[in-house]
Amino acid sequence: MSFLPYALAAWLFFVGLYGIVTSRHFVHLVICLGVTQSSTYVLLLAIGYRTGKKAPIFTSGVPVKVGAVDPVVQALTLTDIVVGVTVAALLLALVIEIWKRAGTVDPDELRRNRT
Amino acid sequence: MSRTARLALFAGSGLVLAALLVWGLTGLPAFGDFQGEYGWILNDVAGSERHVTNVVSAIVFDYRGFDTLGEEFILFAAVMAVALLLREARDERERPRDEVRSEAVRAVGLSLVGPTVVLGLFVIAHGYLTPGGGFQGGIPTAAGLLLIYAAGRYRAYRAASPQWLLDAAEGVGVAAIVAVGIAALLAGGLFLENVVDLGTKGTLASSGTIAILNTATGLAVTAAVVLLCHEFIEEVMYPE
Repeated sequence: MSFLPYALAAWLFFVGLYGIVTSRHFVHLVICLGVTQSSTYVLLLAIGYRTGKKAPIFTSGVPVKVGAVDPVVQALTLTDIVVGVTVAALLLALVIEIWKRAGTVDPDELRRNRT
Repeated sequence: MSRTARLALFAGSGLVLAALLVWGLTGLPAFGDFQGEYGWILNDVAGSERHVTNVVSAIVFDYRGFDTLGEEFILFAAVMAVALLLREARDERERPRDEVRSEAVRAVGLSLVGPTVVLGLFVIAHGYLTPGGGFQGGIPTAAGLLLIYAAGRYRAYRAASPQWLLDAAEGVGVAAIVAVGIAALLAGGLFLENVVDLGTKGTLASSGTIAILNTATGLAVTAAVVLLCHEFIEEVMYPE
């Protein structure tokens, strides 16, 4: 029994969150959000893992009797990745707009300019 | 809020969140010992019920096909939003000449366009047989097209992926999923129910509607990625 995958997921989550909180550049912030989100991939795949089992793909030659890891969490992870990409694209488009309008990509400077 | 105040707030709330997270994680099954019934059952029945060998694809495009429809809409909406945001603020100017001058980069890069696109199409086409599928294969297919820009020149890349074709491919890809769902209703089944002949397991002609939805997704994802890259490349090429 190992807690390492769960610990990794928690660590990725907090590293990403720390990056978001302390970010000085919006592109860096978007990437930190990606790091935070990747913790959910690790968590999902770690939950569905079964020791000694194969991937849930039963092409000819792979005995069905061996059994496979949980396919549902893998499908969820796929969805998670797609949503992550679209969110990143949308946020990066917003970053370009901010840069055009405010002339800065530093969250703190943007706040100073506002007040 | 100053940086120190923000960090202090993060330290405080982060500790509470960390405590909650650890509490939650200790309640999870031990690593490698998951006993979820749903996954067990699907692994057992997907092969005989849907004639697929890739159970993950069967879940994405059939058992949980309705969720994938929502996912496609998220992708579609995000691409539209990026295009709306970036196109509005961009004024038309003459495109600068840009061309890769290194013969070596051109030769290697452009000779990889074909194989990369073929690899992407292969991954899409075998989505319900081997690891892969519409989402996974759409990325290399789009990457192959982007290689024309990266190793060749922008005009050739735009010529190879005209706007009208991408717009149509993106729309058709997403609409096809809704169409398959409605067709299943008309055939007397449930929305997105697999009503097509399932074919022979392990061959390309198998899995019924999973094959159709998989291909439609591949089309939509390829078009979406190329469309997104179009918008961002145009931004770089017309700096303010």
